[in-house]
Amino acid sequence: MIAEDLKVTLPSDTEIVMTREFDAPRRIVWKAMNDPDLIPRWWGPRKYETVVEYMDFRVGGKWRFLNVGADGQTFGFSGEYLEIVEPEKVVQTMGFDGVPGEVGRNTVRLTERDGRTLITETSVFSSKAARDAMIASGMESGARETYERLAELIATLK
Amino acid sequence: MNAASTFSALAEPNRYQIVELLRQRPLPVGQIADRLRLQQPQVSKHLRVLSDAGLVEMRPVAQQRIYALRHEPLKEIDEWLERYRRLWEERMDRLEAVVDELKRKERKK
Repeated sequence: MIAEDLKVTLPSDTEIVMTREFDAPRRIVWKAMNDPDLIPRWWGPRKYETVVEYMDFRVGGKWRFLNVGADGQTFGFSGEYLEIVEPEKVVQTMGFDGVPGEVGRNTVRLTERDGRTLITETSVFSSKAARDAMIASGMESGARETYERLAELIATLK
Repeated sequence: MNAASTFSALAEPNRYQIVELLRQRPLPVGQIADRLRLQQPQVSKHLRVLSDAGLVEMRPVAQQRIYALRHEPLKEIDEWLERYRRLWEERMDRLEAVVDELKRKERKK
């Protein structure tokens, strides 16, 4: 069965929401997402190696992952687990070494229906400054319109 | 010109409406104002922001100023959007491979 496409929406000025459906019960999706041994296999882009420096998966626990390029260039990401409700919800903070001092909040929700699981990942930015920093580094959340709407518009202009 | 300034120009709902309207064909200020039921000075202000962001250009035709869309900045957003989507799709596709493997293992038990 083909999984539903990734959807990206912008419900407010400070949020980005991404959804994607998987053909598996959420217990399995939960394990794939939160097992430190499995994280290196999906967390980062394919062209980087993902290294779990540490992952203390409990409320108040800290995590730090690295994306290492073939040339040795390393990008560090880190945060803290704020809420863990197995197998349906993880709330964590997330920072990127490249944008020091700015910490976003990331909520992953898993909802199961007919043996399929919908992942809804909501990223909330702390301020306009944080948002603008993300815009500058290539991630946008300024527009009220969804990416889809913009993409539709752009498609008609081609 | 960069994607961020294009996005912030489009983030204002009236400006987005103007861009959608101009998508069909170039129009003079008066007609844009009529169709969107806005005041002409208000439309002129929005057109100035869109023009500064490189999204529209003005051509004088006889006594009228005709506004038309410029496609370059939208193409830039399109490219940016594609990069971003690809990154997430890739991540989710890789997660799916792990999920499928776990499913197969479970069935064997």
